[in-house]
Amino acid sequence: MATVDLKDVKKVYPGGVEAVKGVSIAIPDKQLCVLVGPSGCGKSTLLRMIAGLETISAGTCSIDGKVVNAIGPTERDIAMVFQNYALYPHMKVYDNMAYGLRNRGMPKDEIDKRVRATAQTLELAHLLERRPRELSGGQRQRVAMGRAIVRSPKVFLFDEPLSNLDAKLRGQMRVEIKNLQRQLGVTSVYVTHDQLEAMTLADVLVVMNAGLVEQLGAPLDIYEKPASTFVASFIGAPPMNLLPLRSGQLEGAVSLPAIPTNAATIGFRPEDCEVGADGAAAEGGLRLMARVQGVEPVGAESFLYCEAAGGRIVVRVPGRTAVAVGDQLPVLTRREKLHFFGGDGKRV
Amino acid sequence: MIDNSPIRTFIAHLVLVLGILIVAFPIYYTFVASTHSLQTILRPPLPLLPGDRFVENYSEALFGGVGRIGGVSVATLLFNTTVVALGIAIGKIIISLLSAYAIVFFRFPLRMTFFWLIFITLMLPVEVRILPTYKVMVDFGLIDTYAGLIVPLIASATATLLFRQFFLTIPGELVEAARVDGAGPWRFFWDILLPLSRTNIAALFVILFIYGWTQYLWPLLVTNRNDMNTIVIALRKMISFADADTEWHLVMVTSMLAIVPPILVVVLMQRWFVRGLVDTEK
Amino acid sequence: MSPRVVFPNKILPYLLVAPQLAITLIFFYWPASQALRQSMLREDPFGLSSKFVWFANFKKVLSDPNYLNSIQVTAVFSIATAAVAMGTALLLAVMAEKVIRGRGVYRTLMIWPYAVAPAIAGMLWLFLFNPSIGSLAYGLRWLGINWDPLLDGEQAMALVVAAASWKQISYNFLFFVAGLQAIPKTLIEAAAIDGAKPTKRFWTIVFPLLAPTTFFLLVVNTVYAFFDTFGIIHAVTGGGPGKATETLVYKVYNDGFVNLILGDSAAQSVILMVIVIALTAIQFRYVEKKVHYG
Repeated sequence: MATVDLKDVKKVYPGGVEAVKGVSIAIPDKQLCVLVGPSGCGKSTLLRMIAGLETISAGTCSIDGKVVNAIGPTERDIAMVFQNYALYPHMKVYDNMAYGLRNRGMPKDEIDKRVRATAQTLELAHLLERRPRELSGGQRQRVAMGRAIVRSPKVFLFDEPLSNLDAKLRGQMRVEIKNLQRQLGVTSVYVTHDQLEAMTLADVLVVMNAGLVEQLGAPLDIYEKPASTFVASFIGAPPMNLLPLRSGQLEGAVSLPAIPTNAATIGFRPEDCEVGADGAAAEGGLRLMARVQGVEPVGAESFLYCEAAGGRIVVRVPGRTAVAVGDQLPVLTRREKLHFFGGDGKRV
Repeated sequence: MIDNSPIRTFIAHLVLVLGILIVAFPIYYTFVASTHSLQTILRPPLPLLPGDRFVENYSEALFGGVGRIGGVSVATLLFNTTVVALGIAIGKIIISLLSAYAIVFFRFPLRMTFFWLIFITLMLPVEVRILPTYKVMVDFGLIDTYAGLIVPLIASATATLLFRQFFLTIPGELVEAARVDGAGPWRFFWDILLPLSRTNIAALFVILFIYGWTQYLWPLLVTNRNDMNTIVIALRKMISFADADTEWHLVMVTSMLAIVPPILVVVLMQRWFVRGLVDTEK
Repeated sequence: MSPRVVFPNKILPYLLVAPQLAITLIFFYWPASQALRQSMLREDPFGLSSKFVWFANFKKVLSDPNYLNSIQVTAVFSIATAAVAMGTALLLAVMAEKVIRGRGVYRTLMIWPYAVAPAIAGMLWLFLFNPSIGSLAYGLRWLGINWDPLLDGEQAMALVVAAASWKQISYNFLFFVAGLQAIPKTLIEAAAIDGAKPTKRFWTIVFPLLAPTTFFLLVVNTVYAFFDTFGIIHAVTGGGPGKATETLVYKVYNDGFVNLILGDSAAQSVILMVIVIALTAIQFRYVEKKVHYG
């Protein structure tokens, strides 16, 4: 059981490229922290620094209150699940799981007990004698998890562990990972570029961009109060609609609420829009005329792709819709569902 | 599958059988000759079927000590050749594995210099540096020793390049997983790299064993004593075409004994051999 | 691809490359540098002193009619060997691709000569074609051919070419089979639908697609004919009759070890070195291409 503390951690590669530019995160015991961001944002580098696979250029990384900058991955008591699983192809499932324990000199019967118990938990018991190439993608993923769990380390590190699975299996494994992590109560760091995975798994969500933390907090807090236009457009699918303000005005807006003086961008989520609604709900809210350019019915809801106020917006409407391409629609958003961002992209 | 007409298939088989005849006939005929008496061989044409002197000829060659090469038995020659072929194959594999491991899995100053130094040896076959290499052997006192026959031939750019290429295909995550699992460089080498290289090692072993067994120029240079000869060199010494006193039946037996072990290795390990051969040259 | 994952050790890698490096330096680089030095020295007749003569040895070697003869012999020998060995192997490989039954058996029988030492290959052929006891020589004479490779230079050449190509057929066969198998069957089917007859299909589709393999084998066979066939020449003809089969490598050996003309032999070594470097460079240009395109 452990906390993970990053203090102003930096990574500079020999060529001078700065991959992580000073990141501080404190992960409380037993919590699952998800690092999310576009590729190249430094999230994997950060994870590998926690693992001890990359040296830390500046700052400190502590596990359980102890600075681990100088010690190797073996001594950090961490376990890692890799994107392509990194199972040893020549070893049976059993040996894949036992290898780390053997290297630590654990007695044979203890190893056997642990491997079998873990295999039971993960429903791998019948696969112990197989080799990795005889397993399906989902099974390999489980073995990779098993290899991490069997060690009962202080910290789990996940490097995009689900990205090689198909969508259905991914959803299933997401739930399973979350349950396992809760059940085992092991502090975890999880890297992904998939915002859905990030939202559903995280106790602590860290949105990263260009080597820096954009926002850190509980997933729903971040969803409701994105700290910047970057976070607003990264978290949520489809992303938040963002329209530029020109000297406090929105071109083509029918009615506009009071706007903070230094706001440069107005934002609202597709799911917070109402179409054609009138009357009291509209008081103090935003009202726009939108021209429909595309309609995507997906069953439970439909997405309308529109042009409004000199930009493009997406509007979500429940169920089927009679709206057709070319229609002009009034789109309304309540005052409390509006977000404002300054010229630097930060929330105001 | 197109073009399956019976006539074409028949022609194909015919050509192949002819090819096999050309390829296998010299070897078969050597076997036939090795089972006939000297008198029969000296009066051509030789029969197409084996004779009745199999046991006599082979036991004379193996245990009798063949006259022309100073009373050294074929058994000694076979032993020498086996030592040389195994020594070269195993030695090459070991030092190539180690150097390829260093070059791929470590970063250190002069790494690329070393790589190129090894690589360039491809361009320096024995044939282009015969005399000075011979002088080095004399200076080290390696003439007529197993070390002299083996060591200079075990530095091989080809094997190092093959292992390097294979190591580069091993995903970095596997190395990281091993490190997280508590494996240092040696453990990684023994527990993971070596088992993964098994097929490559087997393939290379066949090729290098043949290479070692069939060496000619080098053993010719560094052996003077008859009892240090390899079987190929000894054979050459047994033959004198101008003379009538070549004991052809024994020469044929010796030829068979020189040919059969490497053929067995190639045929029995065919699967690895074919893959290895095509891979090495990629 | 992410940068290669490595171990952080500082000393271990040096220990790992040490054995190979030591052998390479002692048995490759030192002798090669000595050959270079030697090639510019000339010893007095008693071997007591030597003086630096720049490129005089090269000039002497390159104007020596015997050496020019040797170049010609090597060229004829290499071209003939490569042509015979590759032509036969290609024909057999194409046929082996056509048949379904017995493919494995054919391959197994076809790879035997690979395991036979070149010198022994030479001796087997000489045994078959030896004018006094060779059964096939007997056959040739019965056909009215005046066969004696020990006296007739052209026949001697034919004999060593036969032995050298025979030994190399296996190797070429395996590569041509691999090359043929790499050609997508759909291409050949498409050509068939386009109305090309089998022979036409071979020359317009299969052969061009096989070009990389063919080119590669051409280089390998040339290197083989230059260097690895020393045993055949040494065991079968000894360069004779009358230098008719004296190849460059055989001449280096002969001048250095038998005639003891050190400067000349070293100069010849250096010339050979240049040839190998050129051949290797060509080979690696090919390898590079292969890496890029597949």
